[in-house]
Amino acid sequence: MDIFGIFGFGEGGWGLALLAGALMTLLVSACGLLIGAVIGSLVAWARLSGHRLAGAAGEAYAALFRGLPELLVVYFVYFGSSTLLTTVAGLVGYDGFVGVPSFVAGALAVGVISGSYQAEVFRAAFLAIAKGELEAAVSVGMDRWLLFRRIIAPQVLRFALPGLGNLWQVALKDSSLISVTGLTELMRVSQVGAASTHQPFAFYLGGLVLYLAMTLVTTRLFDLAEARATRGMRRIAG
Amino acid sequence: MDGAFVGTTFWRLMAALPLTLEVWFLSVVLGGLIAAGVVWMRVGGSKPLEILARAYVALFRGTPLLIQLFIVYYGLASLPAVRHSLFWPILREPFNCGVLALGLCTAGYQAEIFRGALLAVPHGAVEAARACGMSRLLLFRRIVFPIALRAGLPAYSTEMISMVKATALVSLITLWDVMSVALKIRNDTLVTYLPLILAGAIYFTVNYILGAAFLSLERRLSPHLRPRPS
Repeated sequence: MDIFGIFGFGEGGWGLALLAGALMTLLVSACGLLIGAVIGSLVAWARLSGHRLAGAAGEAYAALFRGLPELLVVYFVYFGSSTLLTTVAGLVGYDGFVGVPSFVAGALAVGVISGSYQAEVFRAAFLAIAKGELEAAVSVGMDRWLLFRRIIAPQVLRFALPGLGNLWQVALKDSSLISVTGLTELMRVSQVGAASTHQPFAFYLGGLVLYLAMTLVTTRLFDLAEARATRGMRRIAG
Repeated sequence: MDGAFVGTTFWRLMAALPLTLEVWFLSVVLGGLIAAGVVWMRVGGSKPLEILARAYVALFRGTPLLIQLFIVYYGLASLPAVRHSLFWPILREPFNCGVLALGLCTAGYQAEIFRGALLAVPHGAVEAARACGMSRLLLFRRIVFPIALRAGLPAYSTEMISMVKATALVSLITLWDVMSVALKIRNDTLVTYLPLILAGAIYFTVNYILGAAFLSLERRLSPHLRPRPS
């Protein structure tokens, strides 16, 4: 079959499967980034709280997951969560293997890794807020929640956006490792296509091009978001 | 789970560490050499070469290492042109493919680090050196290199640690590194956590030592930034 037939959308063509894989990649990466945002903001909060134990725990979490290979984290979360669930199910009287869906395990693994980096991004963003603004808000009588909603959250998001854009790219690339758990994202579809048509070069190259397109387009989107978020700010560097 | 099992698992994993470190070291060195070339193209002043260098960096930083690795190992091997070429004896070996793919990838990142470090060299320092009549080589050796080295070192140490982590991917192209030995033990014994935890501890320790070594190098090279003795 020629190259147009392979990547086409007709019968025997892999075009649709590859696009569906790319969509799955985007979906699982986005879920991973969101899970990472939750973990990251909690860790950043722990480190900024001034509480020594919480701070040390947050620091240990960030140091640990930055020091482990991403592939190992993916395997650990995938195998580990299923073993854990099976054990728990055994305790409540259910015999047999309980598997965690590879999408959930994959998004969790990407999130756990991303969270350790996002913690630092959020912490730096919080520290970039002018201290006088926090003092002013307290002095006009804002309670903690209002202070967070009106002063802290909007500015943290603004300052964190460039860092989050980088981490989105990292999450997108890390998501390819989830293919080892069998989730049919882009990497996995490329592997299956390569194996069943005996054309690994064409398929991996096709996958590569799709990944590149996704990173280039989404980076552009983050740039636009950044330009919008900082539209009212004077800047010293473009 | 007994102590003997922990011990044998640990030493089986440790026996695979040399291969992990070998892949790491060779790919980092290869990547550094390629990166030097890419940076030279990027800042050399020739427009077509600059575009080529930009494309290289965008390609290798914008796509997952895993798919790059599979293109090199599975993809190239499937092309008859490669199988009948001079390079086949090299590309036939998974070890060489791993080093090549990792080296090509880290070159994209290292090139940006080198470029950033070069941009940190103050223009005035270069002008002053020229005014003193330094030759290009002397200027590079005495002025540009020492300043750029200090500026680039923190980012470079991060990249070195990322590369230790990236070596785990060679387990997917049939190499027996720490990662794949851990998976083999898991498959054979059906013990889930221990092999992966021990492998994680080994990777973490290597990265910790590497990070500490780079930090002490940074401190040594920047005596002017140390706090004043009281």
